[in-house]
Amino acid sequence: MAEVKDPDDGVQIDLISGERMDGLTSMEKIRLILDGVRDGNIVILEEGLSPDEESRLIEVTMTEISPDEFNGIEIETYPKSEAADASLLDRIMGTESTKKLTVIGPANQIETLHKDKNLISALVSRK
Amino acid sequence: MGLLTNLKDSISRAAASLFSEEDPKRIGIYGPPNAGKTTLANRIARDWTGDAVGPESHVPHETRRARRKENVEIERDGKKVTIDIVDTPGVTTKVDYTEFLEHDMEKDDAVRRSREATEGVAEAMHWLREDVDGVIYVLDSSTDPFTQVNTMLIGIIESQDLPVLILANKIDLEDSSVQRIRNAYPQHETIPLSALEGDNMDEVYDKIAEYFG
Repeated sequence: MAEVKDPDDGVQIDLISGERMDGLTSMEKIRLILDGVRDGNIVILEEGLSPDEESRLIEVTMTEISPDEFNGIEIETYPKSEAADASLLDRIMGTESTKKLTVIGPANQIETLHKDKNLISALVSRK
Repeated sequence: MGLLTNLKDSISRAAASLFSEEDPKRIGIYGPPNAGKTTLANRIARDWTGDAVGPESHVPHETRRARRKENVEIERDGKKVTIDIVDTPGVTTKVDYTEFLEHDMEKDDAVRRSREATEGVAEAMHWLREDVDGVIYVLDSSTDPFTQVNTMLIGIIESQDLPVLILANKIDLEDSSVQRIRNAYPQHETIPLSALEGDNMDEVYDKIAEYFG
């Protein structure tokens, strides 16, 4: 991903399309996210992660936390999980929709100001 | 000798599969840090076995290893329900050791605690994906339940089709609002309680028997 010339100039935001994520394995997605976040970038996923991938993202994030270096991530999606509404057939066939805009950033740079069912407001600071 | 060993192995495998349906279900107690998971686990364990599960504390991440209390027999309406309780570390997406310094901890201790906490969260996630048959999700009813960790974890639990019981803990606190939790997660039943004071535990046990029996 293209780097900004000088990180002091601002905060880099990577908007990653669903199409780009579709071709990646779970671990490749998690690596793409965490590599960006560890560089101090805000990563926005058009279609988010599956619950299983979210679970692995938490697990891998935990293994990478290091004092004075990386405190972890802040992640926000809308609270409504479409998986809960999916029909049994959808779940069995694996065709349920889990698409949800997801914002992920370094825990020490992004702070959620307000969140409800259809609005996420966050404050992003420089490194 | 080899034949005998094989025969013995086959018999124990057959016996294991024969009795596997009677194995107690492993019920994971999940939730964010400081929701009162260990207080609840200790309350259940003390009520039905006389022993505690682990130490409780106001300092976040007191529980940094998943702890299992086996064969907890809960009696409801003359029926016995046997479960294994798994008390898990509070799940979070970030751990900053400097927060522990505010609890009068030396830097070395705070760094060690944060490292153990991260390992504990990773362990809890692994248990959730692989090793639990049902979940008791504990929330502190005096705080906002609309957090990303809660939303994600409940989504993960739902995606695995695990039975989940949401408990609104700390109803003894003035700021407690059970309705706020019901509004946040209307797709699940929410049971109010105070694990610390033992309030409404009868209903909690009724629901445990109903959901996991």
